[in-house]
Amino acid sequence: MLEVKNLQVYYGVIQAIKDVSFTVNEGEVIALIGANGAGKTTILHTITGLIAAKGGEVLYEGVDLQKIPAHKIVGMGIAHVPEGRHVFAQLSVYENLLMGAFTRKNKAEIEESLESVYKRFPRLKERKNQLAGTLSGGEQQMLAMGRALMSKPKIILMDEPSMGLSPILVGEIFDIIQSISKSGTTVLLVEQNAKKALSIADRAYVLETGKIVLTDDAKKLMDNESVKKAYLGE
Amino acid sequence: MSFISYLIKGISLGSVYSIIALGYTMVYGIAKMLNFAHGDVIMVGGYVIFTVMSMIGLNPFVAVLLSIILCTLLGITIERVAYKPLRSASSLAVLITAIGVSYLLQNLALLIFGADTKSFTSIIAVPALKLADGRLTISGETLVTIPLCILIMVLLTVFVKRSKTGRSMQAVSEDKAAAVLMGINVNKTIAITFAIGSSLAAVASVLMFSAYPSLTSTSGSMPGIKAFVAAVFGGIGSIPGAMLGGILLGVIEILGRAYISSQLADAIVFLILIIVLLVKPTGILGKKIQEKV
Repeated sequence: MLEVKNLQVYYGVIQAIKDVSFTVNEGEVIALIGANGAGKTTILHTITGLIAAKGGEVLYEGVDLQKIPAHKIVGMGIAHVPEGRHVFAQLSVYENLLMGAFTRKNKAEIEESLESVYKRFPRLKERKNQLAGTLSGGEQQMLAMGRALMSKPKIILMDEPSMGLSPILVGEIFDIIQSISKSGTTVLLVEQNAKKALSIADRAYVLETGKIVLTDDAKKLMDNESVKKAYLGE
Repeated sequence: MSFISYLIKGISLGSVYSIIALGYTMVYGIAKMLNFAHGDVIMVGGYVIFTVMSMIGLNPFVAVLLSIILCTLLGITIERVAYKPLRSASSLAVLITAIGVSYLLQNLALLIFGADTKSFTSIIAVPALKLADGRLTISGETLVTIPLCILIMVLLTVFVKRSKTGRSMQAVSEDKAAAVLMGINVNKTIAITFAIGSSLAAVASVLMFSAYPSLTSTSGSMPGIKAFVAAVFGGIGSIPGAMLGGILLGVIEILGRAYISSQLADAIVFLILIIVLLVKPTGILGKKIQEKV
């Protein structure tokens, strides 16, 4: 479904992504794990066109995304929940969700998606008229996810959904990611919380300073000695 | 009675400032830049109407319509040619470019129309209203300006809050990257903002030159700067702020001119800007929502 081939990304003269290749198949939950600064966020930004790559390809259903303007990518079925949520603080929860459906035209279908998002996140429904900037961190994360779902994506990219949240909320967020996956949306998950990410992923790639150093089934990586040492704190 | 007359005159002048200030504030809100050439678009609008009416002799409605169309195109062109290539440049580079565009327009006008002052014939044909046994006269220009300003404000607020384009403007204003992820074409949104601001500048030029009928190549710069003050005064980036700031500024200017000193009126306006910025740097209605992380 999504295939990244020999991706090279630079910030000025510094190479942030070095020859990264990976694939995401339909229905999978794929985790990209790695330390801070390994290049996880850069990869997601390159996929959705916020950063231009120097080399390599990002193929989505056979189309090279780098030839497509960034604002057209969400309409192709790729939603991106950015790191730090990036909700529109001065818009209400409801308006934020509508922004998520910006590329869609059919009002009845948008209404349907809205209902299903409210069903998945009852707290957003309770607070639908509240300004997004006044929500708690966990609620903002839910809003960012709900907003992404409003585009009815085939694949959803999630960047550090657990960042800055209490352990209880982290558990809740990961349950939601799992349920999103179960409802048929493919998930590409970027996380520093490797333990949690591996617990729900099918496969995972380990990223170190811009390179993929290891890839395997998530379960196997959990038992991998070097992964345990470096990322799982065991 | 004269106080009321000054007050009404102030609100009327202030309404013109408000309409110009909207252009500043919307462009600032969305492109995060100060378009110092905005005032000169007013001047261009004035010359378009002057040329079409006095030299070609078409009727005022055609002139106004043509002026709005040309100013809108000018605004879009300025953005496309001068500002768009600088999207990721430092804000200082953009600011200097804006000042450059402003001088370019002024000097082009000087080259084309010469240095002599053109006298603009008011195109507002509404008769003046006499109240209180003729002790209070409200000019036709005022009678048109104030309601028109209110109408523009209401339409713009509804447009920004309710329409899809308006919402995309709000989104771009808050967070460009997130707006792109929603599928919003940021460049198009910025171009639309310039188009709206410039068409409003054309409307302001009709109202302003009808009330103050002398037209030179620098006629736009002082109202432009005052409207910028009004936008900052009200809280830059805020649409109701531009309205409030503009009207307050107009009232302060006219009252200052009437009761303090006509020479000092402009100085008072700028003094007030300095005081407002010292006391409340975000302006009267400017707000900073504390974002939780």
